[in-house]
Amino acid sequence: MASESPAALSITGLHKAFSGHLGIGRHPAVRGVELEVRPGEIFGLLGPNGAGKTTTIKMILGLLRPDAGEIRVFGRPSASREARKRLGFLPENPYFYDYLTAREFLDFYARLQGIAKPDRAGLIDRTLERVGLAGRENTALRAFSKGMMQRLGLAQAIQHDPDLVILDEPMSGLDPIGRREVRDLILALREAGKTVFFSSHILQDAEMICDRVAILKQGELLSVGSLDELVSHRVRWFEVTVRGSLPPGVEAARPAGREGEHLVRVADIEALRELLDTVRAAGAQVVSVWPRRETLEDLFMKRVAAAETETPSPDPAETTHA
Amino acid sequence: MLERHPGGFGAVAAIGLNTFREAIRDRVLYLLLVFALIIIGVSRLLSLLTVGNEDKIIKDVGLSAISLFGVLTAVFVGVSLVFKEIERRTVYTLLAQPVRRWQFLFGKFIGLFSVLLLNVGLMSGALFSLLLLRGESPWALMPAVILIAVELAIVTAFALLFSSLTNPVLSSVWTFAVYVAGHLSWSLQVLREKVPEGIARWICDGLYWILPNLRRLDLKAQVVHGFEMPEGYVGLAAIYGLGYGVVIVVLACWAFSRKEFV
Repeated sequence: MASESPAALSITGLHKAFSGHLGIGRHPAVRGVELEVRPGEIFGLLGPNGAGKTTTIKMILGLLRPDAGEIRVFGRPSASREARKRLGFLPENPYFYDYLTAREFLDFYARLQGIAKPDRAGLIDRTLERVGLAGRENTALRAFSKGMMQRLGLAQAIQHDPDLVILDEPMSGLDPIGRREVRDLILALREAGKTVFFSSHILQDAEMICDRVAILKQGELLSVGSLDELVSHRVRWFEVTVRGSLPPGVEAARPAGREGEHLVRVADIEALRELLDTVRAAGAQVVSVWPRRETLEDLFMKRVAAAETETPSPDPAETTHA
Repeated sequence: MLERHPGGFGAVAAIGLNTFREAIRDRVLYLLLVFALIIIGVSRLLSLLTVGNEDKIIKDVGLSAISLFGVLTAVFVGVSLVFKEIERRTVYTLLAQPVRRWQFLFGKFIGLFSVLLLNVGLMSGALFSLLLLRGESPWALMPAVILIAVELAIVTAFALLFSSLTNPVLSSVWTFAVYVAGHLSWSLQVLREKVPEGIARWICDGLYWILPNLRRLDLKAQVVHGFEMPEGYVGLAAIYGLGYGVVIVVLACWAFSRKEFV
């Protein structure tokens, strides 16, 4: 019988607290986190600022010592050299040595990974090409923009072909093109059979690329699962854009953006049919009908609000015009 | 598939080379070095303004400049080396590699000490050239130069230790304090005889044994004035200094290995 391959990353009973001002008191940052990242998946660790995402990542990397719990990378303790060999890491808003050129920088990291000199030059060229920095190998890092620095950070994280790539807020501070490039690179890593674990508070990006997500709030895991498991795909309400005067009895949820247009929400298909008939009869024009499904953002807001109040937030569909 | 053999001295050498590059691309280093070379260059003028043997004054001023500017470089560059890595979070990506924390710190020490050796070499080269131009043999100064380098190893080790524990300003203050106290540690023996027996004497003895005895590494007066030195003195002093430096580097590695990067 073939043995089951170990999780790319497994975290059990992870706790971390920090001392307060003047060492008085302990403030929990991570409380009993348990999760498992499967090989070959893209896993998003989501949560608002201060949720404990970076603290969790720092403990995976051995930059912080857990108060309790265990972290394993491909079955080995995360602090072991064997685990580190299989890891690549990009910190949030990376800053690198501005006195180095891109080639010197990547050569330094390749040496730390123990890559032999004859392999390094070709590897650096290929990596720079992969992250869209070909031709910049001799540029000093002090001349790099924020987006270029982010791509170079990705280059150092992936150049040694790690099996698990950990990215802390990889889309943070990037323009839409930069975010798209990072997303494409993460997807390409999955195509190549790699596991990607990233933290983010940009839910759109996570929704587009994650196989599974975990939601963290005040150090506690609120949900873990695939997007299919967590997010309902049923239509929750319809948003209808109407041009012209609204018939009596129909209320606009808000102006639609263009002059003379209104946005009306209806809860289900029956109410939609009724609205379309009423609008047509009144001589107004239906510009668009948009079925709204639950998004990761809806789920996130719901879970975070529920954790704060310990009572479920009202379903937006329940407040719409019926 | 890439063949990889991480860790070991390869990682120390890579971090050492990066530290070397950082230091030699730092303007502070050039300012100090140029200033030191100017002092050595104008020591000839100083000798004209002073009563005494011209060559002795050139040697004395030259060796003092090498020592002083070496210490200034060790302190100003050394105290910020680790702190900058933490402040700019570059240490996060470094320690995510298959690199042990002691390898990181030892690499930093090797890199900075290499820069200091280069500095001492350049400054000594300038002083020796000046003496050769005057027809004077400079080789008798070598023992003093060697022990200046050993002293710099100790100062660098302390700069790294304090840099691992606190910010650059406090690290500079502490490192200078150890440097000054190390040169005055002999006075603790004098003080010991003047205080009553008991705790005060124990403190004097403790400090005397804990602090580096940097006076033992200062041979400037001996080589300039041609005083006799006991046989094998330079070797023993170098072993003492380097041994002391190793202990401080080990302490710095231990402190750094316990550090949490919040």
